[in-house]
Amino acid sequence: MKIKTEAGERHVLAITVDNEAGVLAKITGLFTARGYNIESLTVADISSDHALSRITIVTSGSPAIIDQIIAQLDRLVPVHSVTDLADGGAHVEREIALVKVAGSGDKRIEALRMADVFRAKVVDTTLTSFIFEITGTSDKVDRFIALMRECGLVEVGRTGVVAIARGAEAV
Amino acid sequence: MTEMSGADMVVQALVDLGVDTVFGYPGGAVLPIYDALYKHPTIQHILVRHEQAATHAAEGYARSTGKPGVVLVTSGPGATNAVTGITDALMDSIPMVVLTGQVSTALIGTDAFQECDTVGITRHCTKHNYLVMDPERLGPIMHEAFHIATHGRPGPVVIDIPKNVQVATGNYIVPEKIAHKSYRPQVEPDADAIAAAVAMIAAAERPIFYTGGGVINAGPDASAALRQLVALTGAPVTSTLMGLGAFPSDDDKWLGMLGMHGTFEANMAMNRADLIIAVGARFDDRVTGRLDAFAPEAKKIHIDIDRSSINKIVPVDLAIVGDAGRALDAIIAGWQDAGHNGRDLGEWWRRVDGWRATRCLDFPEKKEADADIMPQRAVKALFDATRGMDPIITTEVGQHQMWAAQHFGFAAPNRWLTSGGLGTMGYGFPASVGAQIAHPDRLVICIAGEASLQMNIQEMGTVSQYRLPVKIFILNNEWMGMVRQWQELTYESRYSNSYSDSLPDFVKLADAYGWTGLRIDNLGQLEDGIRKMIETPGPVIVDCRVAQLANCFPMIPSGAAHTEMLLQPSDVTGTMDDEAKALV
Repeated sequence: MKIKTEAGERHVLAITVDNEAGVLAKITGLFTARGYNIESLTVADISSDHALSRITIVTSGSPAIIDQIIAQLDRLVPVHSVTDLADGGAHVEREIALVKVAGSGDKRIEALRMADVFRAKVVDTTLTSFIFEITGTSDKVDRFIALMRECGLVEVGRTGVVAIARGAEAV
Repeated sequence: MTEMSGADMVVQALVDLGVDTVFGYPGGAVLPIYDALYKHPTIQHILVRHEQAATHAAEGYARSTGKPGVVLVTSGPGATNAVTGITDALMDSIPMVVLTGQVSTALIGTDAFQECDTVGITRHCTKHNYLVMDPERLGPIMHEAFHIATHGRPGPVVIDIPKNVQVATGNYIVPEKIAHKSYRPQVEPDADAIAAAVAMIAAAERPIFYTGGGVINAGPDASAALRQLVALTGAPVTSTLMGLGAFPSDDDKWLGMLGMHGTFEANMAMNRADLIIAVGARFDDRVTGRLDAFAPEAKKIHIDIDRSSINKIVPVDLAIVGDAGRALDAIIAGWQDAGHNGRDLGEWWRRVDGWRATRCLDFPEKKEADADIMPQRAVKALFDATRGMDPIITTEVGQHQMWAAQHFGFAAPNRWLTSGGLGTMGYGFPASVGAQIAHPDRLVICIAGEASLQMNIQEMGTVSQYRLPVKIFILNNEWMGMVRQWQELTYESRYSNSYSDSLPDFVKLADAYGWTGLRIDNLGQLEDGIRKMIETPGPVIVDCRVAQLANCFPMIPSGAAHTEMLLQPSDVTGTMDDEAKALV
């Protein structure tokens, strides 16, 4: 007997929670306990009184699974709101990566040229290395990193996705 | 606001919250709270013999009264022993507050003596939990915890209190009104959804009510509303294991329990219905059988206070989020306002009566006085002997539990206490302790199996200490019967480790604890034995020897549909394939 798995579509969830110890563990634990996928997760305090955090989770699943994930998150006591950003229309997604490239000669020049094309900024340099800061969709960041592999890539740090719905409304 | 120690705040909050009983076990990290309890004689502390039993006793107290059960245990092993009962309460939506001692804040994280990460361990088996680091937070947290445990879908809440927080002093703060900043469950059903439900019920030709534990949790008024709505619509009613008692079993609209060991008529009616009205039930796998064959012809209305229960397993046509009682009241009002008289369901009832005619709960038995007692007969005899006594019945988990569910009838809610979701062997006996504490003058009977009972048999000491007249009625077949039954049906009778070897002499055990012990060996002794159990004051254990190899039918085997029930042993053929074996 083979165990079957189900493919699904990508969704970005914005979750507002109490900024308290253990809340992130509760959220991520829910995903592992119920077998949901986390592709990316970001979290930071977003309120002036440090009472609330916003968690952005990129997940995937069938529409029924996504609906279940939202319902399961929404009933947790410290969760204030859950919004499926793919649901209500257009949204903006950004990710930041810091990309360290080492090398010399042509590869070094090529790295700098491509960084310019991608509007990546140089945030640190030595005679043999650059650190680029690139901001964009995950797709854009992926493509930049793939190109840097050919130019002496040594290290990458990524934030994961933050996202927000377009327009004047708040979640 | 009054200045006092953290431990005094805990006890004062219990008093303020109307708590009369705490089930617990002391230890180093809760000594300050135990000392505070010593000075507060209004709160009755029931000293159990194992922390797991404290949680099940609290569940029994909660399920039989509708009030939250309260547990007090120490850090480390006290807390970990409580985890099974906490998880049981989460699965069966039982309101419970568990207070755990913790090592002092400075020692947290140092692997101190009797330290464990209680909030970490219980994070996913509680509705919510707290680690209190400041005594002035104790007042608000205690009050909030009881609010969360009892509002919306009920569940267990853990409050972990470090020892120095119990000793330190501060102001006891009582919140004026609990309006939680993020937890606000929807209680009132949506009016449009109610109107749609009324129209769907009025239009249905083959409706059925499928009710669950949510009706019981919504209080006795919800059970009354269910009875009224059933009377108005004339539709048949079935229920999950957890929902038994919400609708009277002697009503002619009652089809019995549905699901894996439910009745033929309940399962066939679910399969052929054109409308299912699910009330406070969650389409558990034991209920639905094979999902792609579940109720293929029915539109489904789902009333549940927990939005995440809706569309989790079975997609429904109409979702009503809210309290079961309020939703039923609203449907009744809508039904009456619309002047519905209900359709003629005569044809539907003729079909239901056809399924009833199979008499699926009948079982083969010999009638001679020296014959082996069929376990079903024992339950029926117990039911007959206790009619009019309004007993509270608890069960352990296994075959005896299903036989009790099938053959014991309930006329009212809060009389049937069983572990449904988690299926915890060892639940029933301590639950009967909790129920008896809450109802000292009622007849409380734990229908047990000889294997399950041994999982918390140490509580015989608790019963003796508090002179509780609990009756344990063991259906002793010397097997972990449900395991043996599955091995017979699924694993070609390879009975791997399912024999109850080296059983104690339960009569002598009763004697050792100062109980009365009785033994029933054959059919001729059954009625007298039961009568003697009921008439004997104080705790009684009955070792009722039953036919060893009886199986629990009807049964929907793994991976089968409602229409593929096994009604009797001769229906069992061959072995199951791997797909069926893998579906529990």
